[in-house]
Amino acid sequence: MTAVAHTATETTTPLLIRGVRPYGEGEPVDLRIAEGRIAEIGPGLAAEDAEVLDAGGLVALPGFVDLHTHLREPGREDAETIDTGSAAAALGGYTAVFAMANTDPVADNAVVVEHVWRRGREVGLVDVHPVGAVTVGLAGEKLAELGAMARSSARVRVFSDDGQCVADPLIMRRALEYTKALDAVVAQHAEEPRLTVGAQAHEGETAARLGLTGWPAAAEEAVVARDCLLAEQVGARLHVCHVSTAGTADVLRWAKRRGVRVSAEVTPHHLLLTDERLTSYDPVNKVNPPLRTERDVTALRRALAEGVLDCVATDHAPHAPQDKDCEWAAARPGMLGLQTALSVVVEALVRPGLLDWRGVARVMSERPAEIAGLADQGRPLAAGEPANLALVDPDTRWTVRASELASIAGNTPYEGMELPAAVAATVLRGRVTAYQGGIRA
Amino acid sequence: MKHLLSAENLDRDTATALLDTADHLKRTLLGREVRKLPTLRGRTVLTVFYENSTRTRVSFEVAGKWMSADVVNVSATGSSVGKGESLRDTALTLSAAGADCVILRHPASGAAHRLATWLDGTPTAVVNAGDGTHEHPTQALLDAATLRERLGSLAGRRVAIVGDVLHSRVARSNVRLLATLGAEVTLVAPPTLLPAGVERWPVAGISHDLDAELPGLDAVMLLRVQAERMHGGFFPSAREYSIAYGMNETRLRRLPEHAVVLHPGPMLRGMEISSSVADSPRSAITEQVRNGVHVRMAVLYHLLAGEEHAE
Repeated sequence: MTAVAHTATETTTPLLIRGVRPYGEGEPVDLRIAEGRIAEIGPGLAAEDAEVLDAGGLVALPGFVDLHTHLREPGREDAETIDTGSAAAALGGYTAVFAMANTDPVADNAVVVEHVWRRGREVGLVDVHPVGAVTVGLAGEKLAELGAMARSSARVRVFSDDGQCVADPLIMRRALEYTKALDAVVAQHAEEPRLTVGAQAHEGETAARLGLTGWPAAAEEAVVARDCLLAEQVGARLHVCHVSTAGTADVLRWAKRRGVRVSAEVTPHHLLLTDERLTSYDPVNKVNPPLRTERDVTALRRALAEGVLDCVATDHAPHAPQDKDCEWAAARPGMLGLQTALSVVVEALVRPGLLDWRGVARVMSERPAEIAGLADQGRPLAAGEPANLALVDPDTRWTVRASELASIAGNTPYEGMELPAAVAATVLRGRVTAYQGGIRA
Repeated sequence: MKHLLSAENLDRDTATALLDTADHLKRTLLGREVRKLPTLRGRTVLTVFYENSTRTRVSFEVAGKWMSADVVNVSATGSSVGKGESLRDTALTLSAAGADCVILRHPASGAAHRLATWLDGTPTAVVNAGDGTHEHPTQALLDAATLRERLGSLAGRRVAIVGDVLHSRVARSNVRLLATLGAEVTLVAPPTLLPAGVERWPVAGISHDLDAELPGLDAVMLLRVQAERMHGGFFPSAREYSIAYGMNETRLRRLPEHAVVLHPGPMLRGMEISSSVADSPRSAITEQVRNGVHVRMAVLYHLLAGEEHAE
């Protein structure tokens, strides 16, 4: 039997969530959860036999969906495993994550994606959806068996060579065309490889001063423009990973106006941090695409609020200490993100008034679920809907400590930073997976 | 001063003190048969070079030896560096082995900064002897010492830095130090060899026309063009580069009488600079090398003998 994405049939203890404000709106209500679904919403519901979760003052949102997570298993279990990455996801308010294909071996075949899918189910803290590679070995030369991965028990619906750009325009065109038949989407890591040979940092004043080879904005924008035109030409859907420049936002605005079926994500770090941080040469700030300028950050925040950028995706990228505790050029690019994403979004968008909690639900849950075609995620908070929830404490502040995060790796750029808002509890199909900073296995 | 990592972080007083010490050391040693001072006896100085370099390594080694320090040369090929040991482990090992000072040459920009971070809490000082395309502060100091000797003072002096600014750590260090010392720097290069954002550097001007700049200059500093740049599409050919940016006899005549020509070496004769210019009295190239030793002695002195002895 093909395993359909989890349906709400798992037996769980009934749960009564007391005193939450759905989407941070209106008077506090209670949520009765039974058999994995929201059974009833209203004030003063009776507890009966349910476990009561006192959620006074918390904001209820649909569980977050991350289209871009590196769980590193198989291959780099010294940095992250599906166990630890799932824990980080649950603690970050996530109920579904998409595990990128650049593992070792690469997830470019049904065997590897089914392995990841099965391991995710065994751990059971978050729905782990494997992303399949677009090309064999991420080499950009030959299409991987996309159909076999789509038809496998993992039911792959997102394909990406993330970490590498599908640079060959003909291969990209074929991938876009071929995935139309699979009801799937190609997620492009937009990086023109000839323009980024040896690139180490955003091409601009900081890189020039620090003597780091520049990663020009045009290397991203040119590929996004090309792929939008290709997607339009063949009538396919395109998803753009980790948009990092103001110019890409402009290209996407243009393409969407034209009717191109394109969606795009932005990472929390590109919404908050700039290349000014590179002055220390600490590779914890090394990430691909690189941290850009204040101007880009401002434009990305606005584009996300406007809907030009559809969603926030973490690009959670754990790296072992030896891959970061070295000279800049030798360090691997990437940052942890799952447990800090919500707080960064609150800091970058909610506090400045660019997004309300409805907007947070849209960019962290509803849109990513739609893009990936998940029927049971990103649903409204309403009776009868799957009980996938993130309960957020909007008023708290916390200080990020790598040693306190669930990931094996500690490469968070937010170390020592105080951030607003925290995930108080996460509910996956009616079962509490994370509660007050701890995992409920 | 705990380390010397960049010219950018050198303030005017520190830079001037280093140059004064170098000058003092030069005069002290002038005409001596035995050029050895006892100042750093018992101190251990390591040169750790991850890139081939003859002139810089020899210059530091001679500087250390003239100060009576024990100088050990660690080369990237003959040590555990070749076995894949991390830079951090190498740094901690060398520090634990008793290094008072590590002089690092490394292909990665920022390597010396990282080393200093890892050695925080140890007594080991770090000197950046060239990190990637970032900085080479002792080169800028020796250039400043040479210019000071030739021109008297640097304040208000007009210096052109010509060539591959994009990939040059010498250019980055010189731009910062010359600005700190009050000189007016003009960068002269084809647009392909200037980094994006260069207009925000502390320079008086950016030019693509060397001939137009020459008559107003007090000094021309030529940068070396590395072979891989010639094949990287940064300019069409060595010949075209030489025609537009090479220093030759004709261009020398366009310079004011007093103006001086510098080159950090190694020189590509016939391309960056014609032999007749390199060997002319207007060129200060051998003085640069000579001053390099005194400047590096001064740096070791300030780092290892302590500020209080530096006067």
